[in-house]
Amino acid sequence: MSPEARRRRVTLAFALLLAATAVAVVAFMTLGARGNWSFVLPFRGVKLAGLVIVAVAIAISTVMFQTITNNRILTPAIMGFDALYALIQTVLVFTLGAIRVSAMDPRVIFAVETGLMLVFAGLLYRWLFSATVRSLHLLLLVGIVFGVFFRSISGFLQRIIDPSEFLILQDRMFASFNGIDQSLLLIATVIVLACGAAVWRMLPVLDVLALGRDHAIALGVDHQRAVSVTLVLVTLLVAVSTALVGPVAFFGLLVANLAYLLLPTARHAVLLPAAALVAMIFLIAGQTILERVFAFDTALSVVIEFIGGVVFILLVIRGAAR
Amino acid sequence: MIEVESLSKSYGETVVLDAVSIEIARSGVTAIIGPNGAGKSTLLSIIGRVLKADGGRVSVDGLDLAHTAGDVIARRLSFLRQDNHMTARLTVRDLVTFGRFPYSKGRYTPDDKVHVDLAIDYLDLGNLADRFLDELSGGQRQRAFIAMVLCQDTDYVLLDEPLNNLDIKHANAIMRLVRDASTDLGKTIVVVLHDINMAAAHCDRLLVMKDGRVMQHGTAEDVMKPDLLSAIYEVDVSVHPIAGRLVAVY
Repeated sequence: MSPEARRRRVTLAFALLLAATAVAVVAFMTLGARGNWSFVLPFRGVKLAGLVIVAVAIAISTVMFQTITNNRILTPAIMGFDALYALIQTVLVFTLGAIRVSAMDPRVIFAVETGLMLVFAGLLYRWLFSATVRSLHLLLLVGIVFGVFFRSISGFLQRIIDPSEFLILQDRMFASFNGIDQSLLLIATVIVLACGAAVWRMLPVLDVLALGRDHAIALGVDHQRAVSVTLVLVTLLVAVSTALVGPVAFFGLLVANLAYLLLPTARHAVLLPAAALVAMIFLIAGQTILERVFAFDTALSVVIEFIGGVVFILLVIRGAAR
Repeated sequence: MIEVESLSKSYGETVVLDAVSIEIARSGVTAIIGPNGAGKSTLLSIIGRVLKADGGRVSVDGLDLAHTAGDVIARRLSFLRQDNHMTARLTVRDLVTFGRFPYSKGRYTPDDKVHVDLAIDYLDLGNLADRFLDELSGGQRQRAFIAMVLCQDTDYVLLDEPLNNLDIKHANAIMRLVRDASTDLGKTIVVVLHDINMAAAHCDRLLVMKDGRVMQHGTAEDVMKPDLLSAIYEVDVSVHPIAGRLVAVY
């Protein structure tokens, strides 16, 4: 493919993604609107902002995680991040009681969760990415083992917890795009914007990190530092998205791989916004379909897993045919 | 000059490098040869900064690797390892352009483009420049990676087994290219090789390693001796002058 053809293809794909996002936003804001627009627009606008923040956080964190691990099947969720989130929630409810946790300021809980997840990522992944341990299989295994470990502790605590508290806990942990916690929306927006600015500054470094550890070092990148910074950003973004909507495992994998497929480029300046747009299209269009077609009868995560599953199988079949 | 002082490295009980001290002079091609497990790639990886030594120090032109910023070293010394698996989907030109990263940090200038075009031409990759790496043969891909390293425009180039999995034709072409890059562009090239005849024919100096130690460092005449090679490889080796070269038969 000549450079001009490639540039045209990238521009075209980007324009299509932007158009699709615009269509989804307009549909989400206007379809089925009855009554006063001055009520409808701000009401739906806040919901839309939540979806956009979550989409950006999941897309960027997944693509960056795949870049530093040089692997396109790994996601923060596979590495035990979501299990840790569930564990923190369970421990909170178990030790403090559901009523007190519900009464607590969600921003405090959010700060505690984010802090714990940062510590976890710092401790676990620093040595996993250090010079001595470099096997991807080990990384995967450790991630899976930690995931199982966290899930087992959560499961154990959930079995001995008061049944009514368990119901509240279960409700808190189920991925939900409907009831995005609005008190967290502002702080989430600030964090995502700050992370976005940091990511923007390290875009060329991310491109080099995608070549792999040895090439990055040979090209003069302080690999350990760059990976640590990236992991902090990934952790913050995962914390934001899990705090807002709960754990979503499959979604990041889907949008990241769709972005790689749609855009014949390895530049993060293109890949990251594209993945974010794909995520927005899925979330906003999905939520619209959910609200207008299924009349809230199902959860968005179900819709996304369905569409995602179909697309993913198509990807696998196409990959095998080539 | 690359100076290596009492460099040591072990994995658990196994000593891979046993207080290795060598000096690699500026200019020329130096081959590191020796049996499997001699520590050749480990030595090169430590000089290339992708592996940390347990003890000792390495300096390039007087700059201590441990205390010099990565990008400063990356403008003097480049390193290419043997297995270059790539998840990112890159064209040859994309890859070669990364060679300019130590200079422009991702904001590539017209000057960088000149260097990229030169490297692509030098490796005769002009008609492949816009192909994706996964669409190339092994030899072509190896040339693309060497183009990236040349585009990095460093005085010192380290190549870890660049002839791996290449047939005679491609291995020969790469070796001649290494030779020419050293002669035409004045680069100091250190290359890990398995084929001692290839090393003797194309390299100015040979560094022979066994069990983590340097056994001999000198010209082909110094190294191509039946007793030395027999002891190193633990097989009977005889050396014959054929067509003006010393050829080892084993």
